[in-house]
Amino acid sequence: MKIEVLGSGCSKCKLLAERTEEAAKGLGLAFTLVKVTEYPDIVVRGVMTTPGLVVDGILKCQGHVPTVKAIQDFLR
Amino acid sequence: MTLESNGCACSTPTPAPGPGFWKSGGWLLAALPAWVALYLGLKPLADWLAFRVLGLQPGSRLGEAVAFFAYDGPKVLLLLGFVVLGVSFVQTFISPERTRDLLAKRTGAWGNLLAALLGIATPFCSCSAVPLFIGFVRVGVPLGATFSFLVSAPMVNEVALFLLLSLFGWRIALIYTATGVAVAFLSGWIIGRLRMEGHLEPWVMDIPFEASVATGGPSGLPARLAVSVEGVRDIVGKVWIYILLGIAVGAFLHGYVPAEFMVRFMGRSAWWSVPLAVLIGVPLYANAAGIIPIVQVLLAKGAALGTTLAFMMAVTGLSLPESVILRKVMRPSLLAVFLGVVAAGIVLVGYLFNLLM
Repeated sequence: MKIEVLGSGCSKCKLLAERTEEAAKGLGLAFTLVKVTEYPDIVVRGVMTTPGLVVDGILKCQGHVPTVKAIQDFLR
Repeated sequence: MTLESNGCACSTPTPAPGPGFWKSGGWLLAALPAWVALYLGLKPLADWLAFRVLGLQPGSRLGEAVAFFAYDGPKVLLLLGFVVLGVSFVQTFISPERTRDLLAKRTGAWGNLLAALLGIATPFCSCSAVPLFIGFVRVGVPLGATFSFLVSAPMVNEVALFLLLSLFGWRIALIYTATGVAVAFLSGWIIGRLRMEGHLEPWVMDIPFEASVATGGPSGLPARLAVSVEGVRDIVGKVWIYILLGIAVGAFLHGYVPAEFMVRFMGRSAWWSVPLAVLIGVPLYANAAGIIPIVQVLLAKGAALGTTLAFMMAVTGLSLPESVILRKVMRPSLLAVFLGVVAAGIVLVGYLFNLLM
């Protein structure tokens, strides 16, 4: 499973990356987590507000940091 | 890049009301009386701490400064926490995507006005300025309206509004909001009339872009409350130190500096004070919550209202870090026009109020 966290590196983006990692580990998934920090790479995914969460190429959420439990629902 | 097409991609399944609901909502309800009691008891508590526990003299400089700090610090933090909770909750219903769609293809001055007004309520974080800017421009929001939004969003936000309201009363809150919206409206309108679309960095228009659907916020009461609590933790966690520092400076000035001190520098008669306040304010960056305690001090020490408003707008609306970020999407010419027009608008507001008040 490929998980991407979109964001230029603000505190919310870091928090999302941490929670996503926790969520994925909690589910025992095999995953790679990539932080996408360059603006063109973020914009090209249609995202307008960071942080964004993309799982296997599908945009799951943007603009806020969901709880670990909510992230696990995205990953299932 | 595929996007989930069926509406709200971000929604979490709504859990059935049960113990989980009370876990997320119930404790907030229980915390409310404690909050009110603490807020009402702050003044006597602060006096007791300063004059009984620390044994300082009432009326002495140090005593008054400590009492001021012990009262004002917790008061502003309590207010801020309460306001941010409410606002974050309301904002789970508003998304930048929806604002964008409302503004798309809306040309003319109405578009600018609507953008400036929507900027007040739409959640905005300056770290999202670049993707937001591109998202707006690429779905057909006119450049001028995009700028109106970009000026208004950080400058006139709900947190600033409520803090001004609770600390200075409705008159100053209203004046700040109305003039902030006016500056955002006018500067966006002027930039639109200058037709500077060609002064964007080329990649802004060239990059393949597919507008994402409005993912919105979380859905369901527990999830919305969780996000709101998160907002309080995020914002209060970020600004509390600046607020306390600002109030500490304020407390010091409160006890030690005569009330007329600022008249010479920021009073009405010092004509140069408005442009100077803007010049000092532009490179500085603080969000509205951080700057308000300083504003409180300036006003209390005899600074003119217009000069103080101009300073606050310059600090919140324009900043060096944001300019560096925006440079990625606009050429220096457009960036310079943007900074110049907004700064000029702020100076104008400053003079206007010094003249009227």
